[in-house]
Amino acid sequence: MLLSRGLLKRHSVLPGFDLALGFALLYISLIVLVPLSAAFLKTFTMTWAAFWDAVTSPRVLASYRLTFGASFAAAALNAVFGLVVAWVLVRYDFPFKRLIDALVDLPFALPTAVAGIALTAIYAENGWIGQFLPFKVSFTPVGVFVALVFIGVPFVVRTVQPVLEDVNRELEEAAATLGASRWQTFSKVILPIVLPALLTGFALAFARALGEYGSVIFIAGNMPMISEITPLLIITKLEQYDIAGATAIAVVMLVISFVLLLLINSLQTWARKRQGGV
Amino acid sequence: MNTLALPTEAAAAPARAAATPRPATSEAPWVRRLLIGVALAFLTLFLFVPLVAVFFEASKKGWDVYLAAIVEPDARSAILLTLTAAAISVPMNLVFGISAAWAIAKFDFRGKNLLLTLIDLPFSVSPVIAGLIYVLVFGLQGWFGGWLQEHDLKVIFAVPGIVLATVFVTFPFVARELIPLMQAQGQEQEEAARVLGASGWQMFWRVTLPNVKWALLYGVILCNARAMGEFGAVSVVSGHIRGQTNTMPLHIEILYNEYQFAAAFAVASLLALLALVTLGLKYIVEQRVKDQKRAVGDRSE
Repeated sequence: MLLSRGLLKRHSVLPGFDLALGFALLYISLIVLVPLSAAFLKTFTMTWAAFWDAVTSPRVLASYRLTFGASFAAAALNAVFGLVVAWVLVRYDFPFKRLIDALVDLPFALPTAVAGIALTAIYAENGWIGQFLPFKVSFTPVGVFVALVFIGVPFVVRTVQPVLEDVNRELEEAAATLGASRWQTFSKVILPIVLPALLTGFALAFARALGEYGSVIFIAGNMPMISEITPLLIITKLEQYDIAGATAIAVVMLVISFVLLLLINSLQTWARKRQGGV
Repeated sequence: MNTLALPTEAAAAPARAAATPRPATSEAPWVRRLLIGVALAFLTLFLFVPLVAVFFEASKKGWDVYLAAIVEPDARSAILLTLTAAAISVPMNLVFGISAAWAIAKFDFRGKNLLLTLIDLPFSVSPVIAGLIYVLVFGLQGWFGGWLQEHDLKVIFAVPGIVLATVFVTFPFVARELIPLMQAQGQEQEEAARVLGASGWQMFWRVTLPNVKWALLYGVILCNARAMGEFGAVSVVSGHIRGQTNTMPLHIEILYNEYQFAAAFAVASLLALLALVTLGLKYIVEQRVKDQKRAVGDRSE
């Protein structure tokens, strides 16, 4: 009763508001909010100097550089090729198109550990793809990049695809009538419509890559200062019973994730407005 | 005959192409072929080859090794634990998804947008951190660590911790499928049921649930796939006790680190199979959800 009286903006004849919202709030508090707050409260038991040391030691800084650099590069590659894949799936017909369309979601469905060992096997020096490459992939930062590309594939494709489907063909016809070349029509008409979705997809892939663990650790080789990602460093500290140190790094990553979440939310609002406006 | 027919055919082709000029809103054939080629090459390199590699590596040492790796006791207990964790966490998130969606989609209340953001929160948290936060609450040095030890209860390095971590990482799946659909469907049908004298539960079972069943199933399929495949979060809270707290993904890691590659890929192939089944089911259900969304859109216009 209390919930409905305090929160409802408008009376409803439908039942169950108190029960539904009450249960949802209780559940979200117990599963998500209380445990997450534990991470922040734990860092308050550290002195500022200890916290700062934990999150800026050379090994940790090297892991940030690798994690952020590889995540950014992988998301950028996915933005380019994801746009091409989405374009091809929306605009052209070719054999097995539906099957290929369905398989784009493979990284969502395939457990990360399975992806990790498969990528390690094929990009190893004597692996199916690794043997043709002039440089080493497995057990180097390039391996981290490859794994992050894999897990990021669906994000750009799936955010851009529906927007491309909705592009009003009459706009393209108008552009063509006014003498625009196909490339001009794409870069001046279609790309601006798709851009918010493309950036959203990029941000989603980047955010996901920052926290990725399972697919990376097999192929990375995990050498400190060289190919050690930040999530692995958290686990390493935890295994050394340095719980405070692990939590400090986790809090840094959490804050960055939350900022990215806000950014993605505003990108999506922008995308909706842009789509509604056209 | 053939030699005579060829030149005429070759001559006819450009003539036909000239008769029906390329529409101004499509690309030259060579651009199309190039783009399709680039897209397929990218997907092959990063998605299809790894998928095929799992099954190839699993079968490399023959059927006997494959079967032995799967029926071996540690593997069996890992499979059982994975199924158990999914069987507990998926229904929990299902019930949460339905109640959150009911409150958000059918009522107008203060703080709704905040709640929506909170539901998505677990997706932006690294799986490793998802595991860590439960260690901080239930671990030996955590908030309830002492109390749990006094009462001889174990959460971390035991099955409850694995279930909790799995619940966390699969938290939003059902809710985020249901909320947009139920918002689009509006309240009229439920209100009509109430006015006609249906009780709350009658309305729920006979009107609300049938209306969202495909979206619900879609959410459950995705939730289940992630629950069975979760690695990072479970890895932190599991303790890796063989035959007791190892899920299938953790079992794969152990086998792989012991250089038992064929066995690791054999267990991995089961999960890859699950992924393919998931994608198949997802595709079928997706069509239904799309039909339903279109139907809702038509009615409201």
